[in-house]
Amino acid sequence: MKTLGFHRIVASLALAFSLVVGTPAAMAQEATEAAQLESVDPAVAADASSEDVGAGSSAYTPMKPTEGVGMPIPAGLDIQDQYNETGEFAYGLHIGLVWVMAIISAFVLALLLYTMIRFRKKANPVPSRTSHNTLIEVIWTVVPALILLGIAIPSISLIAKQYETPPKDAITIKAIGYQWYWGYAYPDNGDFEIVSNMLDEEEAEARGEPHQLAVDNRMVVPVGVPIRLQVTAADVIHSFAVPSLWFKLDAVPGRLNEKLFQVDKPGVYYGQCSELCGARHGYMPIAVEALPMDQYNAWVLAQGGTVAGEEEVGMEADPSAAPLQEPESSEPGAPGAGAAPTEA
Amino acid sequence: MATTADNFQAHADHAHDDHADHKPGFFARWFMSTNHKDIGTLYLIFAIIAGIIGGAISGIMRMELAEPGIQYLQFWAEFMGGTPDFDTSLHMWNVFITAHGLIMVFFMVMPAMIGGFGNWFVPLMIGAPDMAFPRMNNISFWLTVAGFVSLLFSLFVPGGTGPGAGTGWTVYAPLSTSGSTGPAVDFAIFSLHLAGAGSILGATNFITTIFNMRAPGMTLHKMPLFVWSVLVTAFLLLLALPVLAAAITMLITDRNFGTTFFDASGGGDPILYQHLFWFFGHPEVYIMILPGFGMISQIVATFSRKPVFGYLGMAYAMVAIGVVGFIVWAHHMYTVGLDVNTKMYFTAATMVIAVPTGVKIFSWIATMWGGSIEYKSPMVWAIGMIFLFTVGGVTGVYLANGGVDDVVHDTYFVVAHFHYVLSMGAVFSMFAGFYYWFPKMSGRMHSELLSHIHFWLFFIGVNVIFFPQHFLGLQGMPRRYPDYADAYTYWNEISSFGYHIMAFSMVFFFINLIYAFTAGKKAPDNYWGEGATTLEWSLSSPPPFHQFSELPVIEDHHDYHDHIGDKGNATAH
Repeated sequence: MKTLGFHRIVASLALAFSLVVGTPAAMAQEATEAAQLESVDPAVAADASSEDVGAGSSAYTPMKPTEGVGMPIPAGLDIQDQYNETGEFAYGLHIGLVWVMAIISAFVLALLLYTMIRFRKKANPVPSRTSHNTLIEVIWTVVPALILLGIAIPSISLIAKQYETPPKDAITIKAIGYQWYWGYAYPDNGDFEIVSNMLDEEEAEARGEPHQLAVDNRMVVPVGVPIRLQVTAADVIHSFAVPSLWFKLDAVPGRLNEKLFQVDKPGVYYGQCSELCGARHGYMPIAVEALPMDQYNAWVLAQGGTVAGEEEVGMEADPSAAPLQEPESSEPGAPGAGAAPTEA
Repeated sequence: MATTADNFQAHADHAHDDHADHKPGFFARWFMSTNHKDIGTLYLIFAIIAGIIGGAISGIMRMELAEPGIQYLQFWAEFMGGTPDFDTSLHMWNVFITAHGLIMVFFMVMPAMIGGFGNWFVPLMIGAPDMAFPRMNNISFWLTVAGFVSLLFSLFVPGGTGPGAGTGWTVYAPLSTSGSTGPAVDFAIFSLHLAGAGSILGATNFITTIFNMRAPGMTLHKMPLFVWSVLVTAFLLLLALPVLAAAITMLITDRNFGTTFFDASGGGDPILYQHLFWFFGHPEVYIMILPGFGMISQIVATFSRKPVFGYLGMAYAMVAIGVVGFIVWAHHMYTVGLDVNTKMYFTAATMVIAVPTGVKIFSWIATMWGGSIEYKSPMVWAIGMIFLFTVGGVTGVYLANGGVDDVVHDTYFVVAHFHYVLSMGAVFSMFAGFYYWFPKMSGRMHSELLSHIHFWLFFIGVNVIFFPQHFLGLQGMPRRYPDYADAYTYWNEISSFGYHIMAFSMVFFFINLIYAFTAGKKAPDNYWGEGATTLEWSLSSPPPFHQFSELPVIEDHHDYHDHIGDKGNATAH
């Protein structure tokens, strides 16, 4: 699966001039990758500057993001590392497409250069008169068509994968775009809504987060379970996008767009509004924090929300029943920081 | 069957041949012109002016993006008559991206390609004395100018958060309706109405001219490929622009007269606007590139001293691109929440366009294959276009995949892609065409050296600007952002540096113009030699004010794809 190094070679190979600047960049990327390997432990939550948002609960402190995970890498060349199954599948297709692009561009360039040298006036003073060749015309129509067919098949199955319906018992979360911030509603957890504004540069730095991406209140989701993410907007069109989860869905006023959303690893994943929405379009980032189910539940309770029973299985009960159920002694605290029940 | 003039409905009054070069006075000639060559010249001058403004705006944008943070926007907010507060500054950014897009699309590329080169050379290449509707030709041009004035005017009136329309060139509702108060957006929309009306009139003019005024013997299958490209483009304009006109008219009524076409709270749908816009917008991108394809075909054939390879395939590839271009629009809308089947259909349909486009690329190379290639200025631009358009084309295939597009949609990857096909594809073919025909239009030779320097600097410059933007996009940097996270700094710096190279290269373009008009040698009729075989080379440089008062007769054996034939050294076809 780790075709990453592979791809970097392609990216720099295909593009003649990028070779020069690409090398230091690739090295930088290598370095951050190494760094990130050591810090996959979600428990790094630890000592964030703990300006906690919740109602006095000690159960939740904003997780510290891992350098290079869920965010752009300085001088990065490739797509951000992916943290769910669809993303990994799509990344594979992406790599394939990069190869196709590189090979076709290189082929055309080589053909062009050969022709330019071989048939320059000095080398070939008398031009030929050939202006037809049915065979070659058929070949250069049919071969590209076959290549496209080869692309279309995995491409179509990727789309099918992305449109899988979330299971009935999936938790519903609703992202609402406003000018210029995001609201996240949790209809299955007591229907509370949190408001997510961008942090300014000093604050972001104080919390050890990248500016332009860090927010005050993150969209917290349970890790490893399918989520029914609904996206809409209150004023103009926005777009909810998280590059490291291969997710982008427009927030259109008057429409409720819905798509399966899943994060397979605890962590913080940044994104940005991706549809021009007015003056502060560039100032309404998205930060998704994926937590193990017990910590997610604790966070929900800290926000004044409700949690359904049986979170042992990591699934909510019937969503329609959720708001009715009270917390009922579901050990709200459980600051099982070291647990980290990650999969994949 | 040699075609004769007796089935050709030409005017018979050749009595005033000796007055063919009698030109009206300055005002009548340039402001009330009905002469296709003068109108073409006006279009070209207009496009150069618009290009300077649009290019300067991109300079402001690259300057701001050179490093993270907001550096210059406050200045521009104040400069344009707003308050220098944060929101107004950010609004100015949106105004710049909007103006850059609209100017480059509607007032630079389209006027230059269709209005400029189309007006100048379609009548010459088909052996016609002028366009079919000379007065309509004049009003087309002045409507475009009026549209440009309206757009510039919009920059100085309130547009909501500050002066100017900050909606993006796509003018999506509801940002352009309830999201932008003040008259700026109305003026911007009106400018599209005017420019669009001008283009529709121009398109009817071209279609009528090409269908009715070809010289005797010039069948459709003998037309030069540039004429074919303008014909296809004119049909695209005629079918696509009315849809844009309808969509933006609905915007106007939503804004001012209480309708709710695009307002969900009144039963409308914002996505309806996007469907209408892109039904126009996708053919529009082919409108911008097809005349370029035509010019590249002429130029490659000329400098390879060889007929175009696969003439019919080339012509019908353009027709195919035009037709398929109408049924792929929703690939601009992959993330709006299309249903799964729609997204699969548009993925498949979009990829189909790569086939005729591939035919064109390979046919150009096959035209060069076996040729005797001279690297004169138009040819180097043409070859540059072929390669860079290929790069833009393959990233287009990448983006066609609806599922993959999700991650790069509305990022700099898309910006890089469409600048490779337009800023390199369309603009390189325009420079190729300009150097190819400039001496024919002006009567003066330009400097080959200066145009080669211009080419190399421009080639390097645009690649340094736009190639790194692929990386930014893959890393997730959204487009239309004035500021970004620190991680994006590296490639943005390089991209902004590239702008300097590109801008510097333009110095050589303008010096070259000055050189040509002051010290340039007089251009002979056919300064490119035996490879240049279309009808405009049979005329003087510049051509007489009125040409072809005796219609040329295209002999039957003078087949276009065989057109070098008679003179000589080559073997029979």
